[in-house]
Formats: sequence, C-alpha cells, structure tokens
Amino acid sequence: MKVVLKNINIINPHQNVNEKNVSILIEDGIFKNIGRLTEAELKDAKVFELDGKYIVPGFFDMHVHLREPGREDEETVVTGCNSAANGGFTGIACMPNTDPAIDSAEVVVLIKKQSANHLVDVYPVGAATVGRKGEVLSPMAELKDAGVVGFSDDGIAIKTASILKRSLEYAKMFNLPIIEHCEDESLAGGAMNESINSTLLGLPPIPSVAEDLIVMRDILMAEYTDAKVHIAHISSKKSVEMVREAKKKGIRVTAEVAPHHFTLTDDAVKTYDTNVKMNPPLRTKSDVDEIIKGLKDGTIDCIASDHAPHSLEEKEMEFEYAPNGIIGLETQIGLAFTELYHKKVLSLEQMVEKLSINPRKILNLPVPEIKQGEIVNLTILDVDAVWTVDKKKFLSKSANTPFDKRLLTGKSIGVINKAMMFFESKFSNI
Amino acid sequence: MSLSSRHLLGLKDFPKEDIQLILDTATTFREILERPIKKVPTLQGKTVVNLFYESSTRTRISFELAEKRLSADSVNFAVSGSSVSKGETLKDTVKNIEAMKVDMIVVRHACAGVPLMLTKLSDSNVINAGDGIHEHPTQGLLDMYSIREKLGKLEGLKVCIVGDVAHSRVALSNIYGLKTMGVKVSVCGPSTMIPKFLNELGVDVIHNIDEAIQENDVLNVLRIQLERKAREYFPSIREYSKYFGIDRERLEKNGKEIVILHPGPINRGVEISSEVADGSSQIILQQVTNGVAVRMAVLYLLGTLN
Repeated sequence: MKVVLKNINIINPHQNVNEKNVSILIEDGIFKNIGRLTEAELKDAKVFELDGKYIVPGFFDMHVHLREPGREDEETVVTGCNSAANGGFTGIACMPNTDPAIDSAEVVVLIKKQSANHLVDVYPVGAATVGRKGEVLSPMAELKDAGVVGFSDDGIAIKTASILKRSLEYAKMFNLPIIEHCEDESLAGGAMNESINSTLLGLPPIPSVAEDLIVMRDILMAEYTDAKVHIAHISSKKSVEMVREAKKKGIRVTAEVAPHHFTLTDDAVKTYDTNVKMNPPLRTKSDVDEIIKGLKDGTIDCIASDHAPHSLEEKEMEFEYAPNGIIGLETQIGLAFTELYHKKVLSLEQMVEKLSINPRKILNLPVPEIKQGEIVNLTILDVDAVWTVDKKKFLSKSANTPFDKRLLTGKSIGVINKAMMFFESKFSNI
Repeated sequence: MSLSSRHLLGLKDFPKEDIQLILDTATTFREILERPIKKVPTLQGKTVVNLFYESSTRTRISFELAEKRLSADSVNFAVSGSSVSKGETLKDTVKNIEAMKVDMIVVRHACAGVPLMLTKLSDSNVINAGDGIHEHPTQGLLDMYSIREKLGKLEGLKVCIVGDVAHSRVALSNIYGLKTMGVKVSVCGPSTMIPKFLNELGVDVIHNIDEAIQENDVLNVLRIQLERKAREYFPSIREYSKYFGIDRERLEKNGKEIVILHPGPINRGVEISSEVADGSSQIILQQVTNGVAVRMAVLYLLGTLN
C-alpha cells in the first residue's frame, strides 16, 4: 500500500536532518522517496495533507508499567500499547514489577507475544534480582536472550550495595544498564515530599535525601564497576547536581525525568487528590528549577512517563492508603511541549533527543532513520496544537491522572511503525 | 451571628471571628453544664453520626455528651482497622451513612485529609475529630477556651507546645488557632519530634524545657504516644522525662507560676508528673469539661446553619 505524507517538515538530529516542506512516499511501511514527489508517485496513494506538521523518529518512552501479567484489570500489554500510540510513541520499555515479576524468560516471551502484532514496539526491562527481592541475581543472560533491554528492581532500589555491585558487574557483560528507582528503604514509606506542605497537610513525609542517598550510592558504584547505571524518574535538586558532577567525571550514569516532576510541585497535594500521589513524590519549586536546568544542560538525558495505571477503586481512597503513581503516556508529549518547548527550555531538536533518540541509546536500541529504504518509524507532531486533556478519551485502561482538563500546547497527531499507522484515533495497515 | 463555613475541618485559615463566636457560644453552654438539668432542645430532630475509624475514649464521649445535651439523635459508628483491611471503602461507608439521612458527621481517622474527603462525598456538615497527624480543631478550640477562662484573654499571651509535635494532631490546630488569636506560639521538644520546616509557620523552636517555662504563660504539654511509632524518635522514656518532663522540682526551680494544659490521656511520670497533673493550678480536668461545652458550641453553630 502507498501512503503519502504531504508538505511536512522533517527533524531528526540523529541524522542531522532538518528539512522543510517536503513530502514522503511510504510503500509497505518503507520510505520510498523523500522530497518532491512526481505525479506517478502520488497516483493510487493515500495522501495525508499535513501542512507544516513535523515528522520525527518515533517517540520512545523508557519507563512504562503495563501491569500484565498480574493486574490486567488496570492495564494490559495491548491497552498500554494503544495508549502509547495515542500519546505519540512507537516504542516503550515496560518495567518488571508485574506479578510475577519479569525475572524469567517466560514472562518476557509472554509480553513479547502479546505485543507482537502491535504498532508499538515493546521492550521489557528485566528484574535485576529474582522476584525483585534483592537477594539473588535474576537470570540476566537468559533474560537478555529473550529480549530485555535493561535490568531494574523498579518500585524499589536494589536492596543492598553488594547485590547492586554484582548486578552492575553482571549486566556489564551485555552492555545493558541497571535502571534504578532511587530511594533509601529506611527513609521510605511516607505519603508525600517532606516540606512545609507535609507539615501543613499532616502527611507522613519522604525526605528528598532518601533519593539522594541512593543516587550517590549508585553513582559511586557505577564508577567503581565502570558499568552503566540509569537513574529513573529523577526528582530532587541534589540528585540532579550529583548526576551532573558524575557525568563531568565520565562516570557512566544517565537520567530520566517524568513530566509531572517538571510540571507540578508538592503544592498540588493540598487537595489530598490521590492522583498527585506518586513515588518519587512531587517536590518543591527549587527541585523543579534544577530539573529544568538539568534538562537544558544535558544532565537529564530523557523524558519518560513512569506510566503507572491504577484502578479507580484503588485511587478513591484515603491519601495515605492510595497507591503511588499516575498514568502518563497520553499526556507526556503535551506536557513536555507545553513546559519545555513552548517555554523555550529546549529546542525542537533537543525535544526529539529527549523523547526519541536518547532513551533508545541508553537501552542500546537503534534510532529510526528517516531516509529512503528504511523502515518507517515516526511520530507526526503538531507542536502548536492547543488541546484540552480529556481522560475519557484515553486508550489506557486506567484514568488516574491529575492533568484531566488541563490546557496543553503540542501533541502527536499520529504514529507509523511496522507498516501500521495510528491516525485520527484509528489503527490501519499501510 | 453565624459561622462562615459549613464544616469544621481544621483551624488553618479559620477566621478569628469564627473562633471568637465558638468560644463565646461555648461560654453559654458551659453555664448550662453547671445546671441540674444539662439538656437543651437546640438540635432536636438533628442526627449526628460519630464515625470513628480510630479508637478514642475521651473525644468520642465528649462529642456524644455534647450531642445528647443538645438533644440531637446521635449514633456511634466505630470501625476497627482501616478500610483497606475491612473491605468496605471509606466512600461506601460514607455513602451508606448518607443514605440513612443524617445531618452531621463527626469523623476521626488515622489518615490526614479524610474529613475533607467526606465533604466531597456527603452533604452533611463534617466535623473533624482528629485526622492523622494533621488537625484536631475542637481540641485546639477547647485549649484556647481553657486558656482564656484561666487567664482572661488570649491576645498577647505566650504559649509553648511541648513534646512530640511531629506526630501530634493537637499541635497544628493549636498553632493555627492561637496565632490567629494573637498569641505568640513556640514549640519545645527533642529535635527529632519537631517537623523540619515548622519554623516557616512563624513558630519559635526551642529544645530547653526550662527556657520554655521561663518564657511562657502557658505550656500545652502533648502526650508522648508510647504505643506508636513515635517511640523510635527518642532514646528512652527515662531520658525524655529527665530532659522534657515537667515535675514539681522543675517548676519550683524556675520559681514561676505557669498554666499547664494537657490534651490527655496523661502518661504520668513521663511528660508530666502526677503531682503536677493533679496540682491545683492546673486546668487539665477543666479542659475536659470545657471540651463538652466547646463541642456543643460547634455542633450548635454548624447544626443551625442550614
């Protein structure tokens, strides 16, 4: 089948491409021609008039919770992929805190099978330790062969320094990163960030130093083992500063940030809305400022949603009892463009780096190229579209978001991958 | 005169006029409590549910008596354990209670924010009888009432809250209410029991109990919650009582009259000695009596609003 994307702009800093006002001919999911198309090429093609929209290598979210296996009432591999496509992503990495955890090849195979026919590529992250218990290393080689792209005990940090050291050493053989949820266990368990707000609201606090301690530990251990550590959902000022210093020293550390951590502060908790309860918790303005600075200067490599579906029943609870986490796949692009691109923190090229190129590099995945003969894997962006979040329109099975009804600028209007297209809320083969 | 809000969730941003009104109304009810017949028909036909998710003797009985003396129909709904372990969610419980056509809900819960949540789930007037380590507004009001009764005024006084401020719902309500009424508030306790950012509330933090006695007109001594996690925040009861406990010797050494409040129940010999607790200058039992009057005032003012 022939598809033409007409009058678009192409941005791919990975290939140093920045082309204005060209057209693309796609045949059976492959780039056939890019530039000015002839009448013959346009013939019999399905033409999309995309006047001035941008084409970028498909966005990639490296921190998604799919809940399958275990909590299919909250999200399945397929509904999570639908949500990703609707949000503008052609690839995701899913975290291993499922039930059972992704600590065996069988679970990897199951997830791979469920996503095999989907437009969205799914790359499982394996558990670093069996059952994420922090006692015994998971079968990392087998997991790697089954297709995992990194290892993590996400939800918690790897329990002890000794098992972290072994995890890093072992994962280094495959050049895969250890992805860390940084939180000191003995300081964990609160309901919100420790600040004047936790005192005012009477909520048990989680001090930011709980994150900083593990970020420090992990940086030191990455240096000692010369292995790769990736800091998931960085949220505190001090942690950003430490990652910045570590990078200067050449330590192999990378970091991601979730949109809520550069959009909201713990002031949002004042309503006791359980949809602002997440871990790491929302922090203060000085933390947000440092995160913005870290995004700008490259300390923070990428943006990842920490998409964490929870059922309505679970979230309609006392704040202290409600589970942590919010969904993010379908608001991430809008929030990132509103807060970072339109506020002139990042250029369009940098946005593409943080949302498409860097997450793939961290996970050793090839970055899609926009050139003749390549498989088409792209996101179509309308960076100036003004839209209002409506959680009823989400394709995720869950709706736990604090961003419902929020006005955003910039969104994905479609994605193409694996000879499939998602456009105007519909999937089609192309 | 009427209150500016339908609920009593906390004393944060609670207007001075409203506090004044409650304290003045309580004075009237306080007189009624001295009569042979202590009942008035004010809330006849109103139904109040005491929804207690946490065990409480004094606060629950105080509310119950207040309700009965106002001739309201009151029902106790005690839920042991959290909603999580019990199966029924808070939302369902409240919706069920609401379906039985009640007028007011008095709620005590281990989680902060639950009274606010109730206002969204229910049309009833909601009174916070203590939520987590957040607020306990009627305790704050009765403490203010008791100080005013004893010293004749609030404005210009100096009050120090002593003890485990970090795990106390009484402390915050006291801080908000007293500051609104023009009282200079400080706290005194081991630094592990003082929230890190408390000074941002405009409260002086000290760690020397003798200094607290010297500098203040009133000490509001909090209960050390020996049964709770709070126990991990100081080395030993012996050390606590030696450095922060109040006994006669310490008061004599400081040679100064001071009013001592305690929200109860007292750990005798820990935060306060028996001698001091029972001493004639103390108003701890009057606080309990005043508590009924203050709760009558709150119930009356909210119950006759609509």
